[in-house]
Amino acid sequence: MSTQVYTPSRTKTVSPSLWQRLFNQEAITAYIFILPSLIGFLAFFAIPAIRAFQISFTEWNLLRAPKYIGLENYQELIGDPVFWNSLKVTLQYVVWNIPLQTVLALFMAVVMDRVTKSMAVRGILVMPYLMSNVIVALIWLWLLDPNLGFVNLLIQKLGLGKQPFFVSLEQAIPTIAGVNVWRHMGFNALLFYAGIQSIPKSFYEAATIDGAGEWAMFRRITLPLLRPVTVFVLVTSLVGSFQIFDTVAVTTQGGPVDASRVVVYYIVQNAFAFSKFGYATAMSVVLFFILVLVTLLQMRILRGNTSDLSS
Amino acid sequence: MVETGMAGSNAVRGWDIGRILTWVLLIFLIIVTIFPLWVVLKTALTPTRELFSSPLSLFPENPTLFNFRRVLGLVSVEENVAAGGSGQSINFMRSVWNSVVFTTLVVVFQTFFSALAAYAFARLKFIGREIIFFLYLAALMLPGAVLFLPNFVLIKNLGWLNTYVGMIAPFALMSPFAVFFLRQFFLSIPKELEEAAKLDGTSPFGTFWRIILPTSMTPIATLVILTGIGAWNEFFWPYLVAGSSDTMRTLPVALQYFRTQTPQGSPDWTGLMAGTFLSIIPIFLLLIILGRKVINSLQFSGLK
Repeated sequence: MSTQVYTPSRTKTVSPSLWQRLFNQEAITAYIFILPSLIGFLAFFAIPAIRAFQISFTEWNLLRAPKYIGLENYQELIGDPVFWNSLKVTLQYVVWNIPLQTVLALFMAVVMDRVTKSMAVRGILVMPYLMSNVIVALIWLWLLDPNLGFVNLLIQKLGLGKQPFFVSLEQAIPTIAGVNVWRHMGFNALLFYAGIQSIPKSFYEAATIDGAGEWAMFRRITLPLLRPVTVFVLVTSLVGSFQIFDTVAVTTQGGPVDASRVVVYYIVQNAFAFSKFGYATAMSVVLFFILVLVTLLQMRILRGNTSDLSS
Repeated sequence: MVETGMAGSNAVRGWDIGRILTWVLLIFLIIVTIFPLWVVLKTALTPTRELFSSPLSLFPENPTLFNFRRVLGLVSVEENVAAGGSGQSINFMRSVWNSVVFTTLVVVFQTFFSALAAYAFARLKFIGREIIFFLYLAALMLPGAVLFLPNFVLIKNLGWLNTYVGMIAPFALMSPFAVFFLRQFFLSIPKELEEAAKLDGTSPFGTFWRIILPTSMTPIATLVILTGIGAWNEFFWPYLVAGSSDTMRTLPVALQYFRTQTPQGSPDWTGLMAGTFLSIIPIFLLLIILGRKVINSLQFSGLK
């Protein structure tokens, strides 16, 4: 109906009252169609986003009614060394995780593109991504166990010293980052691989005729033309990376001491273990603004490079 | 990269050094991916008492299915403890069932309601269409970390803690990505198809159900696969709203609890690895049966 009503020739001939009626009928249908999703949007996205700010101004243990305390949570947070440490640790995680993951994925994609189009190879390499964070964390918790873990025994066999991995102050975060690199590498490689396939082969042929080497072709053709994919991979993995929780919950539970107490883990602890729901929400609001900032910075970088995208 | 770089220019096809080196690299990457899974299986097949005896061997000396049996609850508590188990069963089959229910409900409801909304945004005219669609897109940017605490309060106030409804609620009614993704596809369907149906007097829902959905099976399958994998692996939300009830835990949540039960100071590794391996089997099956479709869907998720 809509399409007929809105073609110009029809609109002119149909009388306003009929037009009005059809319009309403169509609109009512539309409202019924979007109603479930609208309820979901309001209940679980829009209203909670506002509620988060409200809750962050209260003291609340979830048992009694919340008590309005103004900015006290935020004041407490500024003086909370564990919170600052959690931000530092999260940032360390991101800095270990993202560059390693992205570079290795790109490397994997180029290697795949060079020698095989096999679906089976891609299927194998993407397998870790299809497993739950919990499963991946359990696998590595076992492999990297200081006493019985296969990796450690192998390291010792090779004549190197035993590594503590998860149970060490220095190694906990790089280890957790490494575990997630293992999980995400193949998936990101798949995205890069798909991107490489969409680059016209003639570009490479022309470059080969001009005598360009492999490395030059990678830097001058592959890398710039992959920019849209790279941006997508970075945007999605960066925001996710800042919210790391699952792997920490399974492997180190924030320890040793506070060495891997990342910010979302500390938020969950405050909300559910320490019954400081308002305080936890205030931290989540701060994290929200950090993520907005990160996203805006990325948008700026993205927009600054639009010329590369238009290919 | 350097190796391939040095090799490439003179070799388009054939077996030169560069190509061989690239293959070696690829095989190394494949081993890095697969080998940990082999260690999981090996550990699961090892009798608990022998775990310490030959940890570096590639095969279990006396392979046993005992660990699988005790994870599946087919062994009595006494036998279990005698073999080094925690004595507490993991309720594995129950958590598999919970995962199946959770995943199915999320996929079916989210896809259906998102498709309905996407159709309205793509084809129907109504006041507020642009604004509402823009708001949905904005929701895509809201990080879960800021939403989960208020959402938890809502579920708690509704009395939905430790229920399937509470577990699926935030996912079931919509996903901004699904609405956006399907709207894009619906816009590309020729309008003539629907016009013919309208002339026949088909209702808007009839048009949606009998014409739009069947025409869109490919993108819907993509969405179902992506949502399904996500739901099957989801840990955080089911852990928060239903983690305390041992009959409501999904598989990832149950495995996390199983890991925290430490009978003799260290986790029950053989049992844990048996549980882990059983949890990976659906992924093997998915890849074997639907591999091509899964890989295309995953690749597609990046090409927006």
